[in-house]
Amino acid sequence: MKKQYFINVNIIDPHNSINENGGLIIGEDGLIEAIGKKVNSNNIPSREKVIDLNGKYIFPGLVDMRVFAGEPGYEYKENFRTLSNAALAGGVTSVVTMPNTDPIIDNVSIVDFLKRRGRDKSKINVFPSAALTKNIEGTTMTEFGLLQSRGIIGFTDGVKTIQNTRLMSRIMNSAKDLGTLIMQHAEDYDLSKNGMINSGIIATKLGLSGIPAVAERIIIERDLTLLENIKCRYHISQISAAKSVEIIEERKNKVKFTTGVSINNLSLNENDIGDFRTFLKLSPPLRTEEDRIALVQGLKDETIDVIVSDHKPEDEEQKRLTFAQASTGASGIETLLSLSLELYHNGSVKLETIIKALTSNPAKILKIDKGNLSVGNEADFCIVDIDKPWVVKKDKLISKSKNTSIEDKKLQGKVTNTFVKGEELFKL
Amino acid sequence: MATKTNKAIKISQKHLLGIQDLSINDVNLILDEAKTFIKLNQSKNKRLNILNGKTQINLFFEPSTRTQSSFELAGKRLGADVMSMNMANSAVKKGETLIDTAMTLNAMHPDIIVIRHQDSGACNLLSQKVNCAVLNAGDGSREHPTQALLDALTIINRKKKIEGLRVAICGDITHSRVARSNIYLLNMLGAEVNIIAPSNLMPKEIEKFGVNTFTDMKKGLKDCDIVMMLRLQNERMTSSFLSSNREYYEYYGLTPDKLAHAKDDALIMHPGPMNRGIEIDTKLADDINRSVIKEQVELGVAVRMACLKIFCE
Repeated sequence: MKKQYFINVNIIDPHNSINENGGLIIGEDGLIEAIGKKVNSNNIPSREKVIDLNGKYIFPGLVDMRVFAGEPGYEYKENFRTLSNAALAGGVTSVVTMPNTDPIIDNVSIVDFLKRRGRDKSKINVFPSAALTKNIEGTTMTEFGLLQSRGIIGFTDGVKTIQNTRLMSRIMNSAKDLGTLIMQHAEDYDLSKNGMINSGIIATKLGLSGIPAVAERIIIERDLTLLENIKCRYHISQISAAKSVEIIEERKNKVKFTTGVSINNLSLNENDIGDFRTFLKLSPPLRTEEDRIALVQGLKDETIDVIVSDHKPEDEEQKRLTFAQASTGASGIETLLSLSLELYHNGSVKLETIIKALTSNPAKILKIDKGNLSVGNEADFCIVDIDKPWVVKKDKLISKSKNTSIEDKKLQGKVTNTFVKGEELFKL
Repeated sequence: MATKTNKAIKISQKHLLGIQDLSINDVNLILDEAKTFIKLNQSKNKRLNILNGKTQINLFFEPSTRTQSSFELAGKRLGADVMSMNMANSAVKKGETLIDTAMTLNAMHPDIIVIRHQDSGACNLLSQKVNCAVLNAGDGSREHPTQALLDALTIINRKKKIEGLRVAICGDITHSRVARSNIYLLNMLGAEVNIIAPSNLMPKEIEKFGVNTFTDMKKGLKDCDIVMMLRLQNERMTSSFLSSNREYYEYYGLTPDKLAHAKDDALIMHPGPMNRGIEIDTKLADDINRSVIKEQVELGVAVRMACLKIFCE
């Protein structure tokens, strides 16, 4: 690989508190050699080929903490190759994959398979998570220690929640002993039973059973209460309601934990479901505009740490059904950054805060040396034309599944190039 | 394709999916047309040939006695070729999706499809995939537009108007498509609507529909002109919405002493089938001075004839 020089670019690297115009030098080994305002045309040898980015932006490669990969078992929805290509088009260079595959990622041998597939087929960094319980049945704990030693980054039942409080406390105890990261999807099943969308006027109007916000709150309050006595690494995967933000803000002073939010819940509300649009059947569900605004505020004041795509590819057959029958989830890894930038363009959240929630914060929670542009680190980054307008068209999406929640949405800001270990793997 | 007739006022919708989509002109058009069929249905020769050569498919995914037979009779009286499909024995059992069923039937060139489905929004999905008109005969807990229209016709037949009347709807509102369609229609026609239900059967934010809500039946019935009772489905007991039939009857069953809070000439309505002794006192249900339940069934045929005629055009 030749040495690469980029100049005249706005660099945002929250991990190193860099937010300035300057340049970036990538060494022949794919590592970052120099970065910042000190890198400019005056101190680069004139014989070298310099790329002038004309005021575009460079962000660290995004770290997406919640991605459903499809392998093994659902390769027809997404495989590691299609996932990588979709991720790269969205500036994402590291993902945490969910264990909700077929079979479920809950034992050592399947992890070995997964690591091999991820390494051979994926162009991005894949960090697999494993199930908290065997076959995500919510009854028997998996082998946190052994799985961790094979490269599992964290534990979650993905789309499911641990309902049994005693089991949850035991999981937390083991996690404390082994330094394990727990990621919980917060939903009380008794309260959300048969629910499809937010409980409220829209559900009443459409004649669909609702999922009340309190179903999320009960689990969050339960887990944070347990956490007071059992101090383990605990992360709430995604929240959706204003009340959850309020509780998290209040509890943050007492116990240590982190919180994520899906870009869907930051950008859309229940009204977008319109006339039974199954592509907007999501978990947690889209809630009211007041809830959405509270989530944006929570991101702004850093009550919420992480934005995820909650990328859940589903083939069209699973969505061309009645709302009750349709599967849950939306494909979103390609649009994660552009949709997040909407919050910057409309003045809701500072650009640096958004990038932090997409890069250094998730990396810190996961304890991985990604999502930063430190000198000597692998050069995973994206170049972004922050004002470039474009329209989301499902047929143009790279992901194998086209179930985007924002079909025909006009966005501003697009990734033009993505690099992994210094190598350009995506170019618009 | 249906040949277009020259009518002064035309329906604004291609399909009848819900009362929500209709304008007041649409409603009046249907009700006026239905009135002309009431007499016909009482006469000796009940056969017309308005829909000669037209094909009507009844697609019932949920068991139904009165709605299905009412639609079938309505189509036959207008001269249409009516095919009723019992979906319990169909390809759906073999895993066919609603859209594929729709495509298959569409290839047979029907002029109208009547659908009843257990999922809310099923008729909307169907209407996007077929070329003919779709009539909703009940979708999940969302809408049952012809029931609301026949209820309105029954009220008009007895009370001459709807505007200014106070109507109580009582029972399992959460799971009731009849309640939703009636709320939309009665509001549109200028009635005041009281909703009576225990909190467990009261849908979230229903008051935003512009109705008054009551958990005390006597208060909710005060000075009402119309009392609409809804059927209580038995499965609601098993999932702990309620404690027992006995207690439900005590607090929400329509009995003479509760009815005394309504106006003296208040009418009793029920979409059927009834659970006598659970939501309604059996004598009240049969009281010819108060109950118009049989009339609802009779006018149901007229309303469905009107809908078939209008939406086939």
